[in-house]
Amino acid sequence: MRSMNGTRVVVLGAGIVGAACARELALAGGFQVTVLDRGGAAEATTAHGEGNVLVSDKGPGPELRLAQLSRRLWPEALAAIADGPAGSANGPSGSADAVRAVEWDPKGGIVVATTEAGADGLHRFAADQRAAGVRAEVLDADALAAAEPHVTRDHTAALHYPEDAQVQPAAAAAALLGDALAHGATLRTGCEVLGARTRGGRLTAVRTAEGDLAADLFVNAAGPWSGRLAARLGAPVDVRPRRGDILVTAPLPPTVFHKVYDADYVGAVGSSAEDLQTSAVVEATRGGTVLLGSSRRRTGFDDRLRPEVLAAIAAKALRLFPGLAGVPVMRAYGGFRPYVPDHLPVIGADPRLPGLWHASGHEGAGIGLSLGTARLLRDLVRGTEPEIDPAPFRVDRPAVLGALAPSEESA
Amino acid sequence: MTVRQVVVIGAGPAGLAAAASALAAGAAVTLLDAAERPGGQYHRMLPEEYGAARPGRLHHGWAAFERLRRRVLGHPRCTWLAETAVWALERPEPGHPGLPLVHTLTGPADGTDRPRRTLAPDALVLAPGAHDRVLPFPGWELPGVYAAGAAQALAKGERLVIGDDVLLAGSGPFLLPVAAALLEAGAGVRAVLEANPPRTVARGWARRPWELAEQPGKAAELAEYTALLAHRRVPYRMGRTVIEARGDGRVEEAVTARLRPDWSVIPGSEVTVAVDALCVSHGFSPQLELPLAAGCALLRSPAGEFVAVDGDQLTSCPGVYAAGEITGIAGAPAARTEGALAGWLAGGGDPATPALRRVRRNRDRGRAFAARLAAAHPVGSAWPGWLRPETVICRCEETDYGTLCRAATEEAGAAPRVAKLATRAGLGPCQARICGPTVAELTARLSGNSPGCPADGLPVAAPHRRPIAQPIRLGELASSPAPSEPDTKESTA
Repeated sequence: MRSMNGTRVVVLGAGIVGAACARELALAGGFQVTVLDRGGAAEATTAHGEGNVLVSDKGPGPELRLAQLSRRLWPEALAAIADGPAGSANGPSGSADAVRAVEWDPKGGIVVATTEAGADGLHRFAADQRAAGVRAEVLDADALAAAEPHVTRDHTAALHYPEDAQVQPAAAAAALLGDALAHGATLRTGCEVLGARTRGGRLTAVRTAEGDLAADLFVNAAGPWSGRLAARLGAPVDVRPRRGDILVTAPLPPTVFHKVYDADYVGAVGSSAEDLQTSAVVEATRGGTVLLGSSRRRTGFDDRLRPEVLAAIAAKALRLFPGLAGVPVMRAYGGFRPYVPDHLPVIGADPRLPGLWHASGHEGAGIGLSLGTARLLRDLVRGTEPEIDPAPFRVDRPAVLGALAPSEESA
Repeated sequence: MTVRQVVVIGAGPAGLAAAASALAAGAAVTLLDAAERPGGQYHRMLPEEYGAARPGRLHHGWAAFERLRRRVLGHPRCTWLAETAVWALERPEPGHPGLPLVHTLTGPADGTDRPRRTLAPDALVLAPGAHDRVLPFPGWELPGVYAAGAAQALAKGERLVIGDDVLLAGSGPFLLPVAAALLEAGAGVRAVLEANPPRTVARGWARRPWELAEQPGKAAELAEYTALLAHRRVPYRMGRTVIEARGDGRVEEAVTARLRPDWSVIPGSEVTVAVDALCVSHGFSPQLELPLAAGCALLRSPAGEFVAVDGDQLTSCPGVYAAGEITGIAGAPAARTEGALAGWLAGGGDPATPALRRVRRNRDRGRAFAARLAAAHPVGSAWPGWLRPETVICRCEETDYGTLCRAATEEAGAAPRVAKLATRAGLGPCQARICGPTVAELTARLSGNSPGCPADGLPVAAPHRRPIAQPIRLGELASSPAPSEPDTKESTA
């Protein structure tokens, strides 16, 4: 293990991934961590997702291994924060409050197929997942009706994934960030990175509107803006925005008990199509509202509300829960996922620019994968053996450095 | 040549005037409003089934309004869509010209399976109006405490008596017509309390006397209300307000106190009075969700945020005009002149028409009136001094002041978006229509920092941002809209 004594780290981005990385490094000891964000903490992609901590939507491979590591770390991290240092940044007993606000809910996921082809695909997918250590239990019609009384009777297969969990994502980022600050990290918001200062080919400082900020290493955790940020620093990576929209219903009495989604979802997550993909993802929040997703579109940073997208989400959700037709939708929100063409996160040092590291490209899974990503990053920075193989996430792979799209970089 | 299609959203004084002048300019007009009948809050009409013998009672300018309503609704180029809500405005693709598409739902607000429709206008006039702003105080959530506008609507629209011993408090001349409507409907009014001291009110109205633009109609109207209050021996007190409501299950007592000019309470001035209803109004919040959805720039003024318009009532979005209270709170006469100007230009009328000169002059007077109104009846900055940690701020989610204070002082929670999510303030069924401006103001003050620049594509957290402007049922959303604007085409005979 390399000696880290006094290593200055600047984490660029105060979303969930930046917060998790800052916390992991602050806890590791030897690092002086500063988190920088041009907006506020947890305001962008982190605040616009559903808070998924999922293993069910991932087939065997590196992303599933990262998801499994993260899923194990979530309860550990929350327990550690709740018993955190007295007089933390959240105030006396504030850390326990911060953890309560995270609304950690290991509610489990249920995947429902509504066609024969979908059922076959789902069963095959689950068999592969089981071989990789995922718990996936077949539900017969009675078991499904008992678990989700309002779900459609018109289904061909259903699987229960007890490991799936949900958090309130902005609160989760706030709790991680609060713990990082309690362990000595500092937060600077409203400060945009404009460019790089290099010496001998090494990144030594970032130029900001408020002057230069020097450090020994910099972590690009800017989510869908990582591509542009990296370009400003002189080492572009191909991370692009992929838009998603969510509908929020008025508060309901308990109606949906798990994260319930249709078997198409896995296909939509794994697809690379630019045009609109929708699939039903339905779940309740602790506030009683029901969140309805999901959509995927690659249209740059276009934040317009598109009624036809919302209509498609509503129609798919009603296929799973026909009884929700009379429920009012009171809000819709959208966000941008950090998309990489090969659907794998980018975690590690940038070989082109020493001093620059990346922790980005998690697409729609960044909330869940944040803790595993941070743990992996810490081990790579310290030169210790990581728990899982980091090679699939390396920066110098064709999907990340290959076909950069300048038009979207400047979008 | 095809006829220019103008969509007018809102059929209050501004929208009705806009529709009339767009028709006069030769355009085809689709006028829509969430209510069953035109008139807005100002000319709120009794439902037809009441068969009122004198529907114009309690109404100013009733005969003129009736004539205008008949002329507009009966016009062959006008399509009137009653009980129609705009649930979304869809902007064109960035960099592409064109107007937002107007997505509507027609039917009672609590209905189901309301048909959806999509209108593609050549010009759009936004005239959605404003609703009461009510500042929170301990006990304001008790039954029997009304927003003044709601009490007025009950009196004007249903002739309902809200109490025998009613106290009105807040700020602004709107308290007077509300008091008059309550008296006319048979309620007992104990007093009207204006929170601002006489000096503030007098200075505000007397400011810039060289542009002493009379609003003759408005002045006469106010004089009439004042005379009515005097006749009924209802005292009008300045520099005093209600700082607390008390009661077991409904309001039974109000605590009033004298205020300094900044609305801090003068210690020892508190008086407890028995009441059976309380009406409060601290000004108005413009309904900004549609202008924001259209992409219109806002203007921050001492009286709050409004839609920025140029001398032609044109917003920052080409083809999108704004009229009435969303450009500044100035009352019905000013709203009418703004609507008349906006409608004429939206309808393709000649901007050089001599008659427009008078309309513009009247509109400018309306703006001057709005500035005076804002100066005479400001909201004092010390009002949060009335609050206690347990005072409810967001009624839908029952978020109290203490929770907001804690959220705002957490370092990691300092961003308004995170604070909002963590406290749930503004996330309930009313979607921050009531508490939004208050929560935004309190959060900004408590955290003392301004948020950083918003990320690309993501809008600034704004209390008025509601991409779904009106609730829509899932089944309605999933159904396909009716073919585009059948009515407007049909009526273009």
